[in-house]
Amino acid sequence: MRYLPLLWAGLFRKKTRTILTLLSVCVAFLLFGFLHAVTVAFESGADSADAKRLLTTARYSIIELLPMAYLRRIEQVPGVVGVAYAEWFGAKYQNESNAFPVFAVDPRRYLDMYPEFTIAPGQREAFVKTRTGAVAGTRLAQRYGWKLGQKLPISSEIHPKADGSMAWEFDLVGILDADDPAVRGATDVVLINGAYFDEARQANKGRTGWYIERIADSTQVRAIAAAIDALFMNSPDETKTQPEKEFAIGFAKQIGDIGALVTRILAAVFFTILILTGNTMAQSIRERIPELAILKTIGFSDGRVTMLVLAEAVVMLLLGSGLGMLAATSLLPAMNGATGGRFPLLSVHGSTWLLALGMAVALALAVGLPPAWRAWRLKIVDALAGH
Amino acid sequence: MSHLVEVRNLTKTYVRGREKIEVLHGLNLDIPRGDFVALMGPSGSGKTTLLNLIGGLDTPTTGSITVDGQRIDQLSSGELSRWRAAHVGFVFQFYNLLPVLSAQRNVELPLLLTNLSAVQRRKHAEIALTLVGLQDRAKHKPKELSGGQEQRVAIARALVSDPTLLVCDEPTGDLDRATADEILTLLQMLNREHEKTVVMVTHDPKAAEYARRQVHLDKGNLANGQDAP
Repeated sequence: MRYLPLLWAGLFRKKTRTILTLLSVCVAFLLFGFLHAVTVAFESGADSADAKRLLTTARYSIIELLPMAYLRRIEQVPGVVGVAYAEWFGAKYQNESNAFPVFAVDPRRYLDMYPEFTIAPGQREAFVKTRTGAVAGTRLAQRYGWKLGQKLPISSEIHPKADGSMAWEFDLVGILDADDPAVRGATDVVLINGAYFDEARQANKGRTGWYIERIADSTQVRAIAAAIDALFMNSPDETKTQPEKEFAIGFAKQIGDIGALVTRILAAVFFTILILTGNTMAQSIRERIPELAILKTIGFSDGRVTMLVLAEAVVMLLLGSGLGMLAATSLLPAMNGATGGRFPLLSVHGSTWLLALGMAVALALAVGLPPAWRAWRLKIVDALAGH
Repeated sequence: MSHLVEVRNLTKTYVRGREKIEVLHGLNLDIPRGDFVALMGPSGSGKTTLLNLIGGLDTPTTGSITVDGQRIDQLSSGELSRWRAAHVGFVFQFYNLLPVLSAQRNVELPLLLTNLSAVQRRKHAEIALTLVGLQDRAKHKPKELSGGQEQRVAIARALVSDPTLLVCDEPTGDLDRATADEILTLLQMLNREHEKTVVMVTHDPKAAEYARRQVHLDKGNLANGQDAP
């Protein structure tokens, strides 16, 4: 602490230069906060995947539907201990920009399949018993101000009702949540009662989007997936069964390899920061050679002067990265609102903060070590003589 | 008076590329405790090199330097740093204050290496600034002070840790006559009233008159048989 005024004075010796450098570090970490939140959001599906869950879709395209009759046959496959189904509703709420996933499901089967979701027992029972019932993720309910018991008017872009109308209405009977923050992203959905949906829709009756299977032994995952697909081989509706995690990763990659894309962008950003901040630090130390020589003259050891130089880089990077991450953390909620739910909810997790801290320290060492080494080797007599 | 500084058979050789330049040639010198010595001589005579060696800023090629009973030529770099912090105050021609710090903070710098608290450091710095007559300029940055005032702050910084030895390299070289006289009077007062041993390099015969004695160097040797035994 006693060196802080000295450190601070050195850092802000040229205020404009330091502030501009800080801003560039701040912007880099703001970008890092945003982009890493995107990666986390896209990978959260895979992270929350259960090793004992499989997904069965139509073999050639996820948008093709499968017969409901498959449910009983899949249940008979040895090793399968539970089966649920779900179908994509294609929802819009109030206007085009408010979109979020709505799945038509068998309430009991679906909630049994995802024990990581939490719902009050009374609400679960209401969902099972109410034909027009729907349950919504707690964050969605908060975002749109939904209250239990209210009507939920949702339009479908895909499924017309029997009367040709695309406007559907459900009763909100429950709120979904999850104790595990990694799973909470998966609760940003609305579930509607599949039996009512199937009866009320105009077309594709008796068909559903995909099946979810729970198996007893995760080591048998490949064999069971093959057994399920073998059941429907050479039928008009062949299937493709895969572990839930593979499905989630494959789904995210339909948009692109988000992780690789983000890594490449951030590598370019941080390389630029490395050059920029490194140059600033080197210039700053070069200008202060006589001052460092004076510190050594009055008794500061080589190590102490070196640590002071290194500490400047650490303070600069920690300050800039902290401000950038704070900005990302505070701006993301507003961005989530602006995307209208068409994108997974973005937030800066503790792990992102830790990663940012690690990167800031690594960058500080990379930009601070060369001038620190120069300070270490500085010979007082030469420096004072201007050599 | 006992000898505070004893220099024996001192040589210093610099290597510049392939060339070796011997600046001091087996020099012997005693400086008694409480002395005020002016080191004089033409440019290149080795006086600043000698001063740097006595102040522990550089190490000799051969020979020994003993200050207050301590062989400083045998100290490691880290030990020499600690020794300088405890025993020597430095005053330079161009003051060498840190421009971003106030006079008070500049004076406090050597005390950062001690165990003194922030309050104690501030108090010591105030005393040192009062001693040099600048107690009312404590908050001023170097660029807000005149050359003479900057040099007074530098002297306060040299004094603040109460060193035995003050080494001054052309302390009045950048000042006008009147201001130089003020600075030299201050050094004389520190020598006479506070019993600081002062070793000062100067070109200026008038400045040298403030010292108790003058030592002349010429081409790396003491001139006129002033060599100590």
